[in-house]
Amino acid sequence: MAKEYKIALAGEGGQGVQSVAGILVEAANDNGREALYIPNFGVEQRGGVSIAFVQIADEKIGSPKFKKADIVIALSDRSVRRTAQYVDERTTFVYDSAIEGIEEELPKNAAKVYAIPAIDVAKNELHPRVFNIIIMGAVIEATKVITLESAKEAIEKKLGYKFDQDPKLRELNFRALEKGAELVRQFNK
Amino acid sequence: MALAPNMPKAWRAETKPHKFCPGCGHGLILKALGECIDELGIQDRIVFGCDIGCSLLSWDFFNADAIQTHHGRTTPVLTGVKRARPDRICIAYMGDGGGYAIGSQHLVNAASRNEKVTVLLANNCNYGMTGGQMAPTTLPGMKTETSPYGRDVEATGNPTQGPEMVSAITPEGAYVARGTTANLRQLKKMIKKALETQLNGTGFSFVEALSACPTNWRTNAKDTWNFVEKEMTQYFKVGELKVPGEKEGK
Amino acid sequence: MADKPIKGEKRFFVTGNEVVAWAALAAGVDIMYGYPITPQNEVMHYWTRLAPKYGRKFLQTEDEISAGFTTCGGVFSGARAFTATAGPGNTLMQEPMSMAEMMRIPAVFVITQRGGPSTATVIYSQQEVTLTCFGGNGEGMRVVYSPGSHQELYDYTIKAFNTAWKYRFPTFVLGDGYQAKMRESLIMYDPEERGIQMEPTEMIVGKEGTPGVDREPAHLRNTYNTEEELNVVVNELVDAFWKAAPEIVEHQEFNCEDADIVIVAHGVVTRAAQAAVKELRAQGKKVGHFRPITLRPYPIEAMKTAIAKAKEIILVESAEGQLDKIVKAELYGSQIPITPYFRPGMGITAEEIIEFINKKG
Repeated sequence: MAKEYKIALAGEGGQGVQSVAGILVEAANDNGREALYIPNFGVEQRGGVSIAFVQIADEKIGSPKFKKADIVIALSDRSVRRTAQYVDERTTFVYDSAIEGIEEELPKNAAKVYAIPAIDVAKNELHPRVFNIIIMGAVIEATKVITLESAKEAIEKKLGYKFDQDPKLRELNFRALEKGAELVRQFNK
Repeated sequence: MALAPNMPKAWRAETKPHKFCPGCGHGLILKALGECIDELGIQDRIVFGCDIGCSLLSWDFFNADAIQTHHGRTTPVLTGVKRARPDRICIAYMGDGGGYAIGSQHLVNAASRNEKVTVLLANNCNYGMTGGQMAPTTLPGMKTETSPYGRDVEATGNPTQGPEMVSAITPEGAYVARGTTANLRQLKKMIKKALETQLNGTGFSFVEALSACPTNWRTNAKDTWNFVEKEMTQYFKVGELKVPGEKEGK
Repeated sequence: MADKPIKGEKRFFVTGNEVVAWAALAAGVDIMYGYPITPQNEVMHYWTRLAPKYGRKFLQTEDEISAGFTTCGGVFSGARAFTATAGPGNTLMQEPMSMAEMMRIPAVFVITQRGGPSTATVIYSQQEVTLTCFGGNGEGMRVVYSPGSHQELYDYTIKAFNTAWKYRFPTFVLGDGYQAKMRESLIMYDPEERGIQMEPTEMIVGKEGTPGVDREPAHLRNTYNTEEELNVVVNELVDAFWKAAPEIVEHQEFNCEDADIVIVAHGVVTRAAQAAVKELRAQGKKVGHFRPITLRPYPIEAMKTAIAKAKEIILVESAEGQLDKIVKAELYGSQIPITPYFRPGMGITAEEIIEFINKKG
């Protein structure tokens, strides 16, 4: 846990990478850790790839953006191309296995490359609306920056008012979180 | 120094005689304003702001707090005062260049927001302080330093109808009028109504005063008055355009 | 009506723009005037949500010229007032800022630097240093703080109001788009509970009594008739500024005592510089870091001491030499070489600084 983690999350608008980042840093902060989150917010954000830059550490964090990430999550073909620049030989690169036509463009210098079927699981096993929570589970498993339990607390804090109306939603979100972690765990064995 | 009997009480004796050119209309407008301040008994509540241009020479004209600002910027400065201290009576004094050209966005937006301030604008058809250039209010065909062959409306547009514009964008409760230094009794009534509008807090108040600039017009006394009374009023109609509580202006 | 916005010490995890709004509330700001521009917008968004709960006011103006002048108007009336802007808005606002300089209006301006020149990016830069320190047709009689973290953004926003009202110079908090938009933790507090007395404000116009009868009227000039008259006024302005300067200047230094190389950087870049020094020291390299917190007035005496034994300065900034110009002017006569590391409109990381220094050998 002492390690400082640099995480780049990239996806299309609507895939929820910024909200994943938001919940993640909130949870880390609640656990007394130092977190820094900056979205890319250029003109690019309208119709472009959305990237969240997240850093979590035990001490105050340096510059808000970074050149190379410990973990990169890319959720669309454009995101795979756009995030290649954040990858070096220490990076774990995670992308969705449903993205087509990018085999040649996957970073060759990454320490590890994981293809996870998050889009498929969301669509066929759970619900498309919890896709970003699956991704959050995957990030947590890959980095261990927080525990799944504190992630659940953070989700509860953010969505609790919805869960109160429909308790099934809570279960769905928590399952999505576990599932996301599981998708990465099989690689981490 | 005691003020002459016919001087408004709010005038500052130490700064008289004032600094305007002989025959200038500013002194007349400020006299009407001074009398209104006296009659309404608001001297201790006035914050007076003046623009750059000849109006800036009025900064020490009254025994009232006064701020010299930048060209066109008196309206926002006094809006800032009024928003922070609504109990002050804020009077923004400016010329036609300041109100209708460089500061037009401030006049338009203060009017649109119905700011509870009073804007008093001297229209003398030219930029006086900078040496007589064409102003938004220069009449068609009129010669100035930057329209030496006469204002060509094809190339430079028509003179700005300030009160008409302000009247069109202010809501009910605002006061808008055009007076003239050729009819001081009427001008004074208008300024008083404008200040009362601010005191009552019903809306923005705006008075344009037709004024003379013999120095830049290069006119003698007779021609000066002729220009103000005949030529200017042909284009700039004198009267009230919007009065709180009255549906249509007169 | 809620009383104090912040009670006790509270940890927050928010964006820099939210920090500014809270700091202004805690500082007892009466009114904010503003006009939308990225990346400053959320200062207004948070202010307009929070302010009414504490009886504070807001006015959205027609442009930045008006935002600056209405702020001056608010200050004239004795209000603790501020505005926030960036980039092209900062350019427009130079007009009221220069009036504030001339008339010694204690207004506070928060700048969230974005890319330049012109519209450029809405993201980040340190390219508004020259404009903020020396903009307008003036002499740079302004106080400019350059914070580097959310904690400092909070601390120096509060301090800016005190500096402005104590010394009567327009005071600037020079942030940037990164600091505006990023989220990190900080501790917010009520200034008084920490023993920080808020400098009282004063009505510059609108005092009690009838002017000319009970008191002299405030006739505030901004225009002068003769060269001599103006010269006297400006000399007074300049004298007052340099008299106050030693009390205002602030800096930080890291491992400068025995450093061969001193990295000079300000604002958010200090974070990268501090991290780089830590790493380079671990590699056994004698590297230090000097960081001006006030860019105007500049902490030159402290800097001269910090670099006394150094063989080289590496000047790191997200601009094409704006801090560099200040440093060179201040260091006039010194023989120390200054190596530039300029990245106009781009963020700078510790890794890049480390690599740059290691490549130099």
